[in-house]
Amino acid sequence: MAETRAPAERPLSPHLQIYRLTLTMAMSIVHRITGFGLYFGTVLLAWWLNAAANPNGYARFQTFAGSWIGRLILFGYTWALIHHMLGGIRHLIWDTGHGLGPNEREWLAAANLIGSITITIILWIVVLLAVGGPQ
Amino acid sequence: MTELKHIRTPLARVRGLGAAKSGTTAFWHQRVTAIASIPLTIAAVVIIVILLGRNQPAVAQILGSPTVTIIMLLFIVSITTHMRIGMQVIIEDYVHDDMAKLTLIVINSFFVVIVGLISAYGLLKLSYGL
Repeated sequence: MAETRAPAERPLSPHLQIYRLTLTMAMSIVHRITGFGLYFGTVLLAWWLNAAANPNGYARFQTFAGSWIGRLILFGYTWALIHHMLGGIRHLIWDTGHGLGPNEREWLAAANLIGSITITIILWIVVLLAVGGPQ
Repeated sequence: MTELKHIRTPLARVRGLGAAKSGTTAFWHQRVTAIASIPLTIAAVVIIVILLGRNQPAVAQILGSPTVTIIMLLFIVSITTHMRIGMQVIIEDYVHDDMAKLTLIVINSFFVVIVGLISAYGLLKLSYGL
């Protein structure tokens, strides 16, 4: 016989708001946010690959990519891609059971952020030297 | 106590399946595509940087060359598989209404296949010079 019982008044587990934000926590959510952004950014990749077939289509893509908003989106996309890739390498290291100690995980989180910013800036210096600033 | 309908014990039937009842397939595919995506992303970024300053005929020619087309196709297969699993995890984490969750999971599957095939179509068109 099934009896209907009121759910027991058990304490709820504490959620995010009671914890002080740490670098590893921030890098965890940034990994998810960058992955989410990259997902939609693939629309630009599909556009670029299809625009390459004809001069008019490619001119339209270049107008977008060369504009301030286009450059801003592509810059953000570059950083998200590099950050997500470095974050992914961090996760793969963790999957082997390494890098989880208190010092190592802090060091990896910092390296993730510093590395992604540095590589993005270097990459864009190369790009801007090659193609020039926004039109 | 219910009668056993299978010769396998209940433990044997659920072992390895976990809370999602589907085992570790998605988890494993996410790792495999992550590993594949590292060299493929580096290659794709190098290709894109090389092509940025060039005009349309040059871009079309280089993108359509066999090595570049194959690298970009591998990149697209790897990232779209990775995207599908990653977005499904996000949906399952934050969308708790069953109907909304299922709808979004189906849209997610459609999105990655559509983006992947459109990208592949563009590449193959260049590669075959159509």
